[in-house]
Amino acid sequence: MKPSPLTYHRPRSIDEACEVLAGVAHEGKVLAGGQSLIPLLSMRLAAPAHLVDIGSIPRLDAISASQELGVTFDALTTHAALESDPTVAQVQPLLGRALRLVAHPTIRNRGTTVGSIVHADPSAEMPAVLSLLGGTLTVRSVRGVRQIPAAELFAGPLESTLEADEIATSVTVPAARPGTGTAIDEIARRHGDYALVGVVAQVEVEDGAVTSARMTYVSAGELGQVVDYTDILRGASAHDERDPLWQQVAEKARETVETEADIHATDRYRSQLVAALTGRVGFAAAQDAIRDDTRVPMHTGGSR
Amino acid sequence: MTSSIHKGGRDASRRTVAEQVDELQAETGEHHVAVTFTLNGVTQTVVLPSRTLASDAIRHHLRQTGTHVGCEHGVCGACTVLLDGKPVRSCLVLAASLEGRSVTTVEGLVEPDGTLHPVQEAFVDCHGLQCGFCTPGFVTTIAAFLEENPSPTHEEATDAIAGNLCRCTGYQNIRAAVLRAAEIKRERSGGSPLGPDNEAARASLDAKVRGTTAPVGGKAGRA
Repeated sequence: MKPSPLTYHRPRSIDEACEVLAGVAHEGKVLAGGQSLIPLLSMRLAAPAHLVDIGSIPRLDAISASQELGVTFDALTTHAALESDPTVAQVQPLLGRALRLVAHPTIRNRGTTVGSIVHADPSAEMPAVLSLLGGTLTVRSVRGVRQIPAAELFAGPLESTLEADEIATSVTVPAARPGTGTAIDEIARRHGDYALVGVVAQVEVEDGAVTSARMTYVSAGELGQVVDYTDILRGASAHDERDPLWQQVAEKARETVETEADIHATDRYRSQLVAALTGRVGFAAAQDAIRDDTRVPMHTGGSR
Repeated sequence: MTSSIHKGGRDASRRTVAEQVDELQAETGEHHVAVTFTLNGVTQTVVLPSRTLASDAIRHHLRQTGTHVGCEHGVCGACTVLLDGKPVRSCLVLAASLEGRSVTTVEGLVEPDGTLHPVQEAFVDCHGLQCGFCTPGFVTTIAAFLEENPSPTHEEATDAIAGNLCRCTGYQNIRAAVLRAAEIKRERSGGSPLGPDNEAARASLDAKVRGTTAPVGGKAGRA
């Protein structure tokens, strides 16, 4: 359980980091918090010849949040810093709600949210949150700066559309809108473990009835796939969980969202969780939308 | 203090760090780095293979074996150390990334005069360990937690230790030790071990003790 031999680089600026990475290209890997990468190195599931540690680059951990521009956080912003930022909680409360489900506080002290997103793990919360909110990722290389929309970021499990010489420098997600609610919940074997299934929902409500609903899944379905349930949920009550439409959307999810079996759960059990959580989290998002102030942090409760 | 520690333990003081890096690279064919960081208040420079994990640097190169290594992929929490005061898994940090940072292990929590840290004393008081393998990770995690939350409730104490695995105790005594450590901290800072006597303190104590601290109808409730 030790990483294989590697050459370590500690650039002191983002420009230097881009140059170093361009020099080693396909043999290199960017290291930020390392909370996903280092286990992969230790288990030798990844064995890059060069590691470019961007952790010593100054001023790469900023957070900015405003109603107009949304929330922007840099490559070295830790989960813990983003989770505890009061302005972020106001502008886009889904971030904080999701971050509380990311591993344990000890991991969140070091892990970075941008890193977690570009790691593109289908069982991680933050790639799903970005897909649902539809933000953008800013990447940088010696060739320049470009922005990748969330919908074009994920190529498959553990595979993003970043080029080998590109470094993710920041992520921007839009602010929450009044009348639109969000919620996230997941079922895990133990608190802080990877979710067996998780659901992230964004629901728009007008006069107590749902007008649009989109959800995305953690450890189920395809990474980055956002399912639109508006056709089924239009008119569903945001006040009454017993509205049959919430049951219907659960059944629809069971049919449409693909699940796979692994050592932790059978595909049938996962489908059952998909169904149960789709109804529950969808309703929680609808409730969030009709709150007097939509930007008050809320716990969805549930599996923790 | 500057010490240079490397394979073979030969006298290295007369050579520069850069020379040692070159020599070790030539000898092993593997990339090495020189890292200067503070471990338990002592700043030192070590030369080690670039792929070395912080946990191994602390245990093998610097011989501070209080930090234990369990799963080596961030699940068990035994290797938790304080990095610039915040708990992190030392098996999920490369030693090379420690440049310029400060690390505190379980050894560094003890006062210079040998007085145990409140969390260590609480583990003794509450029988918070059996085999003791997981204990260093719990102690560092709880020490940092109490800095942020000096009087946790029962539930907060449970949450605080949720990221660490213990295969012996069943966690009850460890949770008791979290609450006891908070008492010891208050005691040492000159206050009452139960904290100030006000509404908030009573409400938080109600969650921890059987019975109630709030008098019911002029009498104390049933214990």
